[in-house]
Formats: sequence, C-alpha cells, structure tokens
Amino acid sequence: MVEKVLTANRLADGISVWLDASGNWVESLQDAFVARHAEAVAALEATGKRSFDENKVVDVNVIDVEEVDGTLRPLRMRERIRAEGPSIPYAPGYNGLAGPKNVAA
Amino acid sequence: MYRYDEFDHTFVSARVEQFRDQVQRRLSGELAEDAFKPLRLMNGVYLQLHAYMLRVAIPYGTLSSRQMRMLAHIARKYDRGYGHFTTRQNIQYNWPRLSDTPDILQELASVEMHALQTSGNCIRNVTADHFAGAAADEVADPRPYAEILRQWSSVHPEFSFLPRKFKIAVTGAERDRAAIQVHDIGLHLKKDENGRLGFVVYVGGGQGRTPMIAKKIRDFLPEEDLLSYTTAIMRVYNLHGRRDNKYKARIKILVHETGAEELARQVEAEFANLKDTELKLPDSDIQAIAAYFAPATLPNRPEGWGNLARWKKADPEFARWVHQNVQPHKHPDYGMVTISLKPIGGIPGDASDEQMDIVAEIAEEYAFDEIRVSHEQNLILPHVALADLEPVYRALVAAGLATANAGLITDIIACPGLDYCALANARSIPVAQEISNRFGSAERQAEIGELKIKISGCINACGHHHVGHIGLLGVEKKGEELYQITLGGSGDEHTSIGEIIGRGFEPEKVTDAVERIVDTYLGLRRDKSETFLEAYRRVGPQPFKDALYGGGAQAAA
Repeated sequence: MVEKVLTANRLADGISVWLDASGNWVESLQDAFVARHAEAVAALEATGKRSFDENKVVDVNVIDVEEVDGTLRPLRMRERIRAEGPSIPYAPGYNGLAGPKNVAA
Repeated sequence: MYRYDEFDHTFVSARVEQFRDQVQRRLSGELAEDAFKPLRLMNGVYLQLHAYMLRVAIPYGTLSSRQMRMLAHIARKYDRGYGHFTTRQNIQYNWPRLSDTPDILQELASVEMHALQTSGNCIRNVTADHFAGAAADEVADPRPYAEILRQWSSVHPEFSFLPRKFKIAVTGAERDRAAIQVHDIGLHLKKDENGRLGFVVYVGGGQGRTPMIAKKIRDFLPEEDLLSYTTAIMRVYNLHGRRDNKYKARIKILVHETGAEELARQVEAEFANLKDTELKLPDSDIQAIAAYFAPATLPNRPEGWGNLARWKKADPEFARWVHQNVQPHKHPDYGMVTISLKPIGGIPGDASDEQMDIVAEIAEEYAFDEIRVSHEQNLILPHVALADLEPVYRALVAAGLATANAGLITDIIACPGLDYCALANARSIPVAQEISNRFGSAERQAEIGELKIKISGCINACGHHHVGHIGLLGVEKKGEELYQITLGGSGDEHTSIGEIIGRGFEPEKVTDAVERIVDTYLGLRRDKSETFLEAYRRVGPQPFKDALYGGGAQAAA
C-alpha cells in the first residue's frame, strides 16, 4: 500500500508539522513516522484526533508519501510545498522548495 | 486623508482587546477550533499551507508614510521581512504566529489600521481608483464615499452574516481603474445635467467560478441616497440570496436568476421605504468626510517641465520610466507615479520591509505623504512634482523599485497560488516569473505595448484571470498542474470576460504558449497603435487557436 504520514499545523504559530515515531510533532517531514499498513494508519488517525482535541495542532491530515533513495517525498505537489516551503526563493535566507532540500526532485 | 475620531479609536482598540482574549482562550484550550475559527477570520487571520496568514485592510488603498512604516515594521518584527500587496488593495503577511496576532493588531491600531472584515461573509474592504484625487479625468474624489461606506458597513449587525462575502468598488472617473463591473456593487461617481453628484449603480458582477459582468440598475443615484440605496440592495440580497449552496450564494447569481430588471424593481421598492430615513446622508456629513480628503495644496512647479526634458535627454532609462510609469496629474506641474512591484522575474506584489520604508520616506519627502496600493498590485505616489521626478527615480532605482513596466506584459497580476494558499490547485508565482523573464527586455515589451496578463491558481480568481487580456487559470489534472488560457478579458469601462481558448498547458509549456499568442498578435495587428485587446476584439479567437493548436483547433479542456 501507499505509505502514509500524519501532518498538521501547530496551533500557536501555524507552522507545518509531522508526527514522529515518539509521538512528537516535528518540523521536518524526513523525521516523520511512516505508516505502512492499515493498523498503523488507524493509529496515526487516532493520534491526530487526540492532538487536535488537546489543542496542539489544527488541520490534521494523513497524506501519501513515497520513499525515494531513503528520502520521503509526498505524492502531491501541495504536500511537497508544505514540507519545504514555497517553490521559489521568497525572502532573503528563505529559498523554500527551490533550495538545496531533500524533496525538490 | 481620513483620521480616526475618538469613536474609531475606541472601537478598534476594543476589538483588539476582544481578540486578544479570544486568542488567549484558544491557546489555553478554553475555546475549541470550531468556535475560534470564525472569530479569527473576522480579524483577518487565515490558516494557509505553511502558517497563519494575516490580511490587513488598506481602506480604498490609501496609506500615509507612517502607516507604510508600520507595515514594514510588522514585516520585520513578526514576519519574514516582506509582505504581499493584493488585488484588493490590501497587504498579506504569510508567516505570523497566532500568538503574535493580538500584538500586531495593537500596533496597527496605533496608526489607525486594522484587519476587520478582510474575511468572512460581510462587506469587505471598499476599493477605489488608485489615482483618486489626482486623476485629470475624475469628476470628484470617490474616497469620501468609500469611507462613508466603510464606516456604515463596519460590524453592521444586519450585514455581518450575509449569504457570502460582498465587495464594493467606487470610481470617480470615466476611465474605470477600479474594475467596478466585476464587483458585487460597482459605483461610478458622476454629475447629472444639473451638476449634482451621484452614482451610476452596477450590481452583480464578480469573477470566481461563475464570472459575471455587473448589470446597471440605476443611471443616477443622488449622493445623499448612497446608504439608503445600498442598504436596499443588501436587504434584497440578504433576504433572497442563496444560503443552501456556497457556489451560488454571491449576489451575481441572484441577479442572474432573478433578472436585473426584477431585482432593480425589488431594490427600488425597498429603497422607497428607506429613502427619507436616518440613512439619508446630510450634506454636512458628506462635506465633513470629504474635508479629510481635500487635496494637498500643490504649489506651482513650472521649472519641472524644462528639467524633465533635460533629464530625459540625458538618461534614456529614466525617460523610459517616465514614459511608462508616470501619468498626467490634474495639476500640469505634477505626475502620478506607479512604483512597480513587478521586477523582471520577481514575485508580483511582494515588497520587503526595506522597500516599504523607502517608499514611505520618498512619499514623505516628495509626495505629500500619500501612497496608494493599486488592485494591479503596484504602489502609487499620486502627487509628485515633475521637478522632483529625477530624485524620486534615483531613490527607487536604489531600492530595486524602478522597473519601467506599468501596463506592459511583465506587469503581471498573480495570486499567491499553491506556493502559499490552502485553496490553490496550482502555482501562480513561478509562472508569472517565467513569463516575466521571457519578455523582460525593455525593447520587446515596448514593441508589444499594453498587455495585461493575470494569473490565478484556482477558480476563485484572486488573480483576476477572467479579466486578463491573457488570463491563466491553474487547475489540477491527474495530480499535475495545468494552465488554462483565456483571451480577451478586460476589467475596465468596457469589461469583458475572457474566453477559454482550448485545452490547457503543462507548466513547462505555458510560457511558450503565451509567446505564441503574443507573436500571433504582433503578426496580425494593423499597426503598433492597435493594442492586443483591440486586435483580439477585431479578429476573435480563431487565429490564436490556429497558432496554438494547429488548423484543427481542439475543444476547450
């Protein structure tokens, strides 16, 4: 099946985050816990709902990813942009998806 | 320009404190997301792909230097050093923390600004001609009426939960620079045969999923009836507008389904009951508001004519900039300066905190402390003496703000698109950048002449693609971005909705397609004076279809 990770935006600052294997919300998709079977996906969904109810995150979603040479890459462009920032250098010091990041390919 | 009175100050400060309490309760968990979301939206706070977004209202696009400096300060202190000026004459910040937004709003209130009604199903920021008060072709400054509408519509209890959002635009000139015919209400200020001021009233225009050109429902509405008549329109809409289907909830659908004549009849019936109530505007009130917008005393500066001729001769780049970005002012010794926020290959509408500070400084020193935001995502200095154009230009060059492309093919409108926006299906900014780079040469742009490209990353049409001479709409097809091209749109006094020309283009092919369209135009125009839009209206879509798809042009995708 397609691999999945759990993503959301942090409540206090809105920054995109992903759930890691220890149950923490982290800022890098590459540190996310990857669900490879239905039970793991169900666990992700339950964790997401709990985090939302606990007011840690908002806009919680399970998304599809694939592993390319050991790097996680969301299948949808929207999620690739969420993971790395806008696809353009948009401010000094911020190159977004256009920068030397992992999932640009 | 308008200054807050005691009531305005108290009202805006109270709203800041109310929102501060709401944010605190949200962060502490006392308020759930479902309860909080409509509250944050009422204060301009959205959640986008990467972070929250704060949309700050710039009423009718008018700013002082002090306010522009505050916008720069907020970009620097609370964001990533830039802001994005929008097609609704507002500014958006893309990275504020929710926890900071009450402080940001408090800082904005200190310079008489807020983010109220920049979201939600209410009457949004009223927009106006960005050359208001300076243009030679206007009968009167439309901004006092926009301000009256702003005051009347702010937290109006009857119109805070409309079927859908509601946008009003006002112009005082024959040449429509406010795109009034694609607004829910468009007001054209004019004088009747007796010299009285009033409005031609248009209703039911809009872009989005179902683009519609507004219908004229009143040839002349005396100025004193502005609020009673607008209230009558709002009441008819509030009562009959559809609430069962978000996509059919705008007034344009009601006008379309009811028919303009019947709708006008309903509005007139409502108006008859309201006409002589407290909504009637006393002349003293109109004059009191108009006094805030009284034009600055512009001293004669005839030396500018000779200086300008000399400077232009000495510096062809300066001459090009004056030719393209400076429009005649109603005072012959002055000009209206467009500061392009469309550097070649840049992000349309973005400005850094330093650039905002520099614009504020220039406005203070040379432009009577007035700045405008245009719906075409540029900044305007409405009153600059010709004698001061050279130093203004030098200061703009130093800040990377002197691109001489106002109204040309690289003066592209683009929404934030999929790079930021949670609603978008495709990116807008990189497409705008590639087109801008392709056509970036000054000579090539001059050869092409006036050509407006407008790009939206989804059907909501924030990038105004329906009224682009060339419009690009990004869609998602089988998980990939695809760009549909429309031709022949226009958002001026001869408004038209662009026609879809054929199947869409992949991101890597869309710039080539635009180039083919432009080359086709260059090949068939009568002479250089025939603009792209005029040529398109003369020959229709076929030559462009042939150029893009070959003889057997394919049906629209």
